Amino acid sequence: MATAGTAPLTRRPDATLDVAAIRRDFPILGTRVDGKPLVYLDNAATSQKPLVVIEAVRKFLAEENANIHRGVHFLSERATLAFDAVRDEARDFLNAPAAHEVIFVRGTTEAINLVAQSYGRTTLRPGDEILLTTMEHHSNIVPWQLVAGQTGAVVRAIPITDAGEVDLDAYRKMLSPRTRIVGVVHISNALGTINPVAEMTRLAHEVGAVVLVDGAQAAPHMRVDVQALGCDFYACSGHKVFGPTGVGILWGRTALLDAMPPWQGGGDMIHTVSFSGSTYAALPAKFEAGTPAIAEVIGLGAALRYIRGIGFEAIGAWEHELLSRATELVRAVPGVRLIGTAREKAGVLSFTLEGVHPHDLGTILDADGVAIRAGHHCAQPVMERFGVHATARASFAFYNTLEEIDVLVRGLHRAREVFA
Amino acid sequence: MSRDLDDLYQSVILDHNKTPRNFHELPPPASHADGHNPLCGDRLTVWVDVEGDTVKDVAFLGNGCAISKASASLMTAAVKGKSRADAMALADEFQKLVTGRLEGAAERKALGKLQALAGVSEYPVRVKCASLAWHTLKAALAGAGEPITTE
Repeated sequence: MATAGTAPLTRRPDATLDVAAIRRDFPILGTRVDGKPLVYLDNAATSQKPLVVIEAVRKFLAEENANIHRGVHFLSERATLAFDAVRDEARDFLNAPAAHEVIFVRGTTEAINLVAQSYGRTTLRPGDEILLTTMEHHSNIVPWQLVAGQTGAVVRAIPITDAGEVDLDAYRKMLSPRTRIVGVVHISNALGTINPVAEMTRLAHEVGAVVLVDGAQAAPHMRVDVQALGCDFYACSGHKVFGPTGVGILWGRTALLDAMPPWQGGGDMIHTVSFSGSTYAALPAKFEAGTPAIAEVIGLGAALRYIRGIGFEAIGAWEHELLSRATELVRAVPGVRLIGTAREKAGVLSFTLEGVHPHDLGTILDADGVAIRAGHHCAQPVMERFGVHATARASFAFYNTLEEIDVLVRGLHRAREVFA
Repeated sequence: MSRDLDDLYQSVILDHNKTPRNFHELPPPASHADGHNPLCGDRLTVWVDVEGDTVKDVAFLGNGCAISKASASLMTAAVKGKSRADAMALADEFQKLVTGRLEGAAERKALGKLQALAGVSEYPVRVKCASLAWHTLKAALAGAGEPITTE
């Protein structure tokens, strides 16, 4: 079995990526669509899985499966050790101060709902304000609207510029002692913008607000350091970082998590239970009611080791090259309008093509084996901001090639011909 | 499985997408209904002017992909002048066409120009695009004021 986690076999001596070698780690990239090679450019929706992840899940289910934190038998002990080891790897991945601050959840969506319902519901008062950027994914909007409805707090949208950057001047003016929570996406799934999270956090802390960062798109593409960011909560999803679906991470500061009530009740989150009342377990168990996604957590551990093995420096450099090439070539296609032209951008290219609806474009590209996303990307306020109903979105990962971008661009020309 | 894009994007569909027919509002007393496909954000409004039992006029406005726009445009041409019951029956036949459940050649032929949308049946995720206008038409004919969705 490959040990990509320890040996950077996929890096050339000059520290650039050996993309051909990397692609061999991902069996699905060999798929053919109607006889044509799959060109997978929908990585912002979900990423593909390397063999080490597939094998880790298979091996756990075939040889090690047991429930954790319960049995005293051989398998349960081994499963518990393996599960808890991933918490430490996740702590390291986010550079969190302590492993007990890492809560395993179902995904970014559940992480945000947990914070909204546990932290938000118990601390928000009528008239308190929750500031969210206009470029948030629906999953960092709706949970706050729900808790605002329950508490009388108010959700306000921080404007964004025509380039798709947070309007920091407007943000500064919106901050006030009423601001209790600021929610910001680290990298926008619809625009690719990398937000100045550290700066926004510093400003929020000046008025005493806590900051939750939606890191779903950032965790797969850049080194995340929650201590350097200074934020209070950070959420990300396993399936976007080349791991399984059904598992994600919520990181939060110990002081905040300790003061928060449990969100869900059940097994594993209790200290003692009686009908006169129950006491709760310490962190992180307090927020992990019920049997967790054990096999998925094991798979996530393998994914984190795999990415660390490749290294974010090499990943970032290659993805920057992919984005630069794609931006240059796609922008040159007549009728293309890029949506999201921030100075700091990750590998997301959102655009419209005059006369061709994004859904038709998606179908035409699919005929060439090219998988993109077409639609509102669960970010309808972004669509409204830019006056479009939908966009086509190509999103890259380190296993994509420059040749794949050429296939995408040929498809755009073909779509123009079909709809001429 | 091999699918041919030309079967989906036939010239009739491209033409109706580019130059949709009956693409305007109808004044009262025409009734209307709003249709919405939450998956992709497509929205359209269909107006029907029913006199006695006859669909005297039908029109639409909206925003969507070529399939949804062409389907709506072809629909307006197809149901104009039909009785309410015949229009409803045509909507059911159309649904069978785009989901690949219309078997007989005679049944297909009866759909006339609407047959151009038969290719949609090869693209399951696009069926909703073709159906939206027809669902909305049914709602307008029923006089329902509530927006309908494809979900």
